[in-house]
Amino acid sequence: MKIHEYQAKQILKTYGISAPSGCVCFTVADAVSAAEDIGGSRWAVKAQIHAGGRGEGGGVVVVGELNQVADAAERILDMTLVTEQTGPAGRKVSRLLVEGAVGIRKELYLGLVCDRSIQRVVLILSSAGGTDIEQVAKEWPEAISHYPIDPSKGLDTTEVAQMASNLGMDAAVAKEIGDLSAKLYALYWENDAVLAEINPLVIDVQGSLIALDAKLSFDGNALFRQTDLLDLRDEDEEDPGEIRASEYGLSYISLDGDIGCLVNGAGLAMATMDIITLYGGAPANFLDVGGGAATEQVAKAFEIMLENRKLKAILVNIFGGIMRCDVVAQGLLDAARTVELELPVVVRLEGANVEQGRSLLANAGLNILTANSMDDAARKVVDAAGAYRVDSD
Amino acid sequence: MPQELIVSILIDKSSRVVTQGITGSTGRYHTRACVDYGYGEQAFVAGVTPGKGGTMCDKIPVFNTVSEARNETGCNVSVVYVPPAHAAGAIDEAVDAGIELIICITEGVPLKDMLLTRHRMLGKATALVGPNCPGIITPDQLKIGIMPGYIHQKGSIGVVSRSGTLTYEVVHQLSQQNLGQSTCVGIGGDPINGLKHLDVMRLFNEDPDTEAVVLCGEIGGSDEEDCAAWMKDHMSKPVVGFIAGSSAPPGKRMGHAGAIVAGGKGTAEEKMAALEDAGVFLARNPAEIGSTMKQALMR
Repeated sequence: MKIHEYQAKQILKTYGISAPSGCVCFTVADAVSAAEDIGGSRWAVKAQIHAGGRGEGGGVVVVGELNQVADAAERILDMTLVTEQTGPAGRKVSRLLVEGAVGIRKELYLGLVCDRSIQRVVLILSSAGGTDIEQVAKEWPEAISHYPIDPSKGLDTTEVAQMASNLGMDAAVAKEIGDLSAKLYALYWENDAVLAEINPLVIDVQGSLIALDAKLSFDGNALFRQTDLLDLRDEDEEDPGEIRASEYGLSYISLDGDIGCLVNGAGLAMATMDIITLYGGAPANFLDVGGGAATEQVAKAFEIMLENRKLKAILVNIFGGIMRCDVVAQGLLDAARTVELELPVVVRLEGANVEQGRSLLANAGLNILTANSMDDAARKVVDAAGAYRVDSD
Repeated sequence: MPQELIVSILIDKSSRVVTQGITGSTGRYHTRACVDYGYGEQAFVAGVTPGKGGTMCDKIPVFNTVSEARNETGCNVSVVYVPPAHAAGAIDEAVDAGIELIICITEGVPLKDMLLTRHRMLGKATALVGPNCPGIITPDQLKIGIMPGYIHQKGSIGVVSRSGTLTYEVVHQLSQQNLGQSTCVGIGGDPINGLKHLDVMRLFNEDPDTEAVVLCGEIGGSDEEDCAAWMKDHMSKPVVGFIAGSSAPPGKRMGHAGAIVAGGKGTAEEKMAALEDAGVFLARNPAEIGSTMKQALMR
């Protein structure tokens, strides 16, 4: 689960990590009065969306006059911010963070992430902050240092200080980075985070360490014991179809294409998207109905898919193991009854109770094409989507 | 890896299995199906549910702890259906009881729990498969997990995969080509897990009952690349590979917790290139995994 920068900074502050004084704002007037309250003579106005690269997209501005705060807020609020991470559709900005600007002496990078290959949380420190850490890793690897943390011992601040010193930082700063890292690790560990990133971590003109930008994201599987975090969820940042799907225990991700996919199992769902793409089609979604989906869930899955107006055809690919083919077929028929199912639907069923499933579909009198293999199904649905496009255009 | 487990691989009819979470609906349902398969009736000797010790569940004695179950029945393999909040604790308990192989089916185990559990397992002889996996089957002998038994045929093709239903698809395609399976191992879709592709591939390479292997990977992480690097110098049997997720957009988690292309890493293209470089017969089309194996065996 991702949260906004301003929320991340509030959590950092509760762990004793400094961040600029700031305030979240929903209107231009809010922004101006926030800047007045903060005081000083320079302010940063920052779009709050769950995606990086906001600066390049025009979503972050530093100004020196109160009326410029108003101008910046006016321009950024309600804009559709397009960054490398939002995709071409961009993301609408409805929240701003207004902060006192910081005089920067040096920009560093500090992050905690779970490294799956060594099965440990790793602290990453770099003397080159403010830019994409992956870019730094490629171009200037000697500016980055890694520290895998033993979960039974926790983080050793002197080891981090030594790392910092090896990266060329002076003794006082190095010690401070060690202490700050321990606070960040406590935050990470106690809240079931999966990513904690301060980039840049700046050394300001007074020589203090300040989190100028922060990104936190949390383990969705641990939210049952981190219920406070649920209040920080911003559903406007998520796809409405994805939210509705998750309420029914379905895993749904909307994509740019026009062929809806309903599949059981994540691996098979990905492979189904791959084969559609291989045959010249474009998947409209990833949808895993899970292992034990009931009739109602399958019907919901259809409803959610059909809300996508771009859809030209649907492929149902079910390899029944736990999931019986007659249940899938019944779900499809229920969905066809509740929604007006006009699109061509190609159904490939395999596994438990396949004959009952197929005969249910065959006797229903609907526009359903049956397929006898994954290959057959993918060819048929790509053809059907192409034909539907010609008919309707 | 305990040496005595290397017959077929990991499991066979001599395994003695305890189901952790046997009285829950999922554990009970799948244990029944496993008992009905091959030598399941003699293999499934115990169940564990705290507080229900001394009862019977479908003719299987239930114990309060894994340790009691092991003392009473000699079980050496455990399968875990315990809900996510307590699954890692169940694994820890099985490790402490000296179980040799733990198969964790549970999906949705918190990452932190698995980090701690894997750390506790360092230096121990116990092997873990999963979590978030379909389990392991050695056709006609023993099925431990949630896969449909009837699609499998006894034979000499090993299968290792991060996915459940995609593995069934692969097995179905192999069986249609009359290529039976030696053992099929679902290692699961979580980022922090037990045996990796590489560990299972090593076992298949040494297994006299395995002639060739299908490796099914997916986007995210570098397990496939690590396996490829090893195979390049050590694998003596033909391997067919498929990587799911070539059409997945970066930054989106595709169902499995571990299936995500992040920071430009873990792409299908990188994995496919690594496999090809290791001499793997790559199936780019998921419908052609079975036929690719047929061709690989004719070379």
